Amino acid sequence: MRWVVRSIVRFASGTASNRKSSQRMEPFFFWVLAVGLVASAIGLVVFRNPVTCAVCLVVTLVMEAALFVTLEAFFLAVVQVIVYAGAVMVLFLFVIMLLDVKEEARQSLPWAKVIWVVGIGGGAVIGVPRIASVFPGAGQALHWGEGKGGTSAAELGRLLFSSYGPLFLATGVLLLVATIGVVVLCRKDPEA
Amino acid sequence: MNFGEVTLGHYLALSLLLFLIGLAGVILRRSLLVVMMSLELLLNAANLALVAVGKFHGLPDPQVAVFFVITVAAAEVALGLAILVAIFRIKRTTAVDQMASLRF
Repeated sequence: MRWVVRSIVRFASGTASNRKSSQRMEPFFFWVLAVGLVASAIGLVVFRNPVTCAVCLVVTLVMEAALFVTLEAFFLAVVQVIVYAGAVMVLFLFVIMLLDVKEEARQSLPWAKVIWVVGIGGGAVIGVPRIASVFPGAGQALHWGEGKGGTSAAELGRLLFSSYGPLFLATGVLLLVATIGVVVLCRKDPEA
Repeated sequence: MNFGEVTLGHYLALSLLLFLIGLAGVILRRSLLVVMMSLELLLNAANLALVAVGKFHGLPDPQVAVFFVITVAAAEVALGLAILVAIFRIKRTTAVDQMASLRF
């Protein structure tokens, strides 16, 4: 346990002398997060109560934010937690509360569909490692602290406001249109 | 404790698995709310693959793409939930198989 904490601290403080211990930690973190991610995603699909599903989705999103950290996308990890696990999930929970959504009816599970999906999905899951290994460079290890960098918030911001500037502005318009659209859609009586 | 090395293939396989689970949710679930949550799962699977490939190539551009995906997903959720609320007011249900008024 202690070397787990120690290597987290070392990795966070970014000292160069930790190459060996942080490399030992990489697979450990990946597998813990991967198992948690898949388990909570399956929970989202399996549980009947929408609130339970929402909680499962929050866990999934936070796990993925942690995976972003292992990929050194720190800014995206923060955005993921704030925007997804914060804002979007609050929206979901508000609607669940507002509509007082009940659990799905137990008897009407479409069994033919379930069998099809589980069959095809099971086959695909068995094939997943094979498919993923086809990708060029799939066997190459991703190590912490290697690569060219350029994933800092400052670098992202510079890109966002230079080469992706028009897209960034378009995103602003998109959000404005979405907001107006929501207000129009949710008005009580559009005719009056 | 030895788990081997984490490669790009690991992240891509995880992303693919996440996508398949989300797809199963979209196909199987009847509540429109949960279908939309599964759609978020699909988007997140794509985001994970993008970030992993960006790390692999050492490029920041995929992260910018993920940034835009998150923004569009937020707008999509807001609009989708508004439509859901509007439909609920008329139909009093969120089950997708009850929403067939455009079918002929």
